Amino acid sequence: MIRAKIHVTLKSGILDPQGRTIRQSLRTLGFAGVADVRVGKFLEIELNQDDPVEAEAQLKAMCETLLANTVIEEYQYELELHPSRHSS
Amino acid sequence: MKWGVIVFPGSNCDRDCAHVLANVLDQDVTLIWHGDTSLGELDAVVLPGGFSYGDYLRSGAIAQLSPIMHAVQEFARTGGLVMGICNGFQILLEAGLLPGAMLPNVGLSFICDDVCVKVENADTPFTRHYESGQVIRFPIAHAEGNYHTDPVTLAAVRANAQIVFRYCRADGTVTEQANPNGSLDNIAGLRNPAGNVLGLMPHPERCAEALLDNEDGQLLFRSMIDAVMTGQGKKQTAS
Repeated sequence: MIRAKIHVTLKSGILDPQGRTIRQSLRTLGFAGVADVRVGKFLEIELNQDDPVEAEAQLKAMCETLLANTVIEEYQYELELHPSRHSS
Repeated sequence: MKWGVIVFPGSNCDRDCAHVLANVLDQDVTLIWHGDTSLGELDAVVLPGGFSYGDYLRSGAIAQLSPIMHAVQEFARTGGLVMGICNGFQILLEAGLLPGAMLPNVGLSFICDDVCVKVENADTPFTRHYESGQVIRFPIAHAEGNYHTDPVTLAAVRANAQIVFRYCRADGTVTEQANPNGSLDNIAGLRNPAGNVLGLMPHPERCAEALLDNEDGQLLFRSMIDAVMTGQGKKQTAS
């Protein structure tokens, strides 16, 4: 089994009103050194397969077609290989 | 003429649209479930406002993958008139039928208000009953109407006169203060290059009868009726 961890974030240069608001709140709390905050999404996907090459191809297609809107967002993912559960 | 209003799980303006079309404008309207795969014989399709699929992931992102959307894509490709209102606009963007994407409103608020909108292009099947430059009053109700696209696409959109409506002041001047949501170039409504697909954030169906003290939206539906009846619709162009 392969577990994918996917981060979807707004492209740099695109205003992130949520991040801006959180940054202001953190500064209000006294965290004066907060330069910037960007808010994104985190997804975990478990794939029923052990081939990292095939898994990556599928993940890329998933990100491009649904998980991210590439007009405004970019994505990153990492794969973790887990031993398959064999039924006996 | 025959209209179809698509009903997604979470649509909530579908019946308002059907009401205006059937009871105010005496049109033949069918509500079409998102799980259907065929539109049947139609002259125009409306993607209504609401919160399809709870706005999960992104507004319109899941709805654009509904089975009926294949038929809507084909209908649009062959020249059929398609109008997406609010969430319907977001779905058209996610489906790639219109360029760009929606971001959360600047200020993060859900905005429910009446706004002034300027008709930038009256030479479309959706706006032929308006005057170019006319200021109309439309209600808006959305959290993600902050239109965005890249500079190259924006230049193309401008060059092709695809911007149909822009947020403006009551006197028609387009200013930053008149922009409720941060939308790029004050864009409130946009059409495709072919001119048969329109998306707009304001709700024309909520201002289309005297009872509501505002009939500005009725002209949009009347424009579409006129366009189909005079041969700009799918049936006539497809033959």
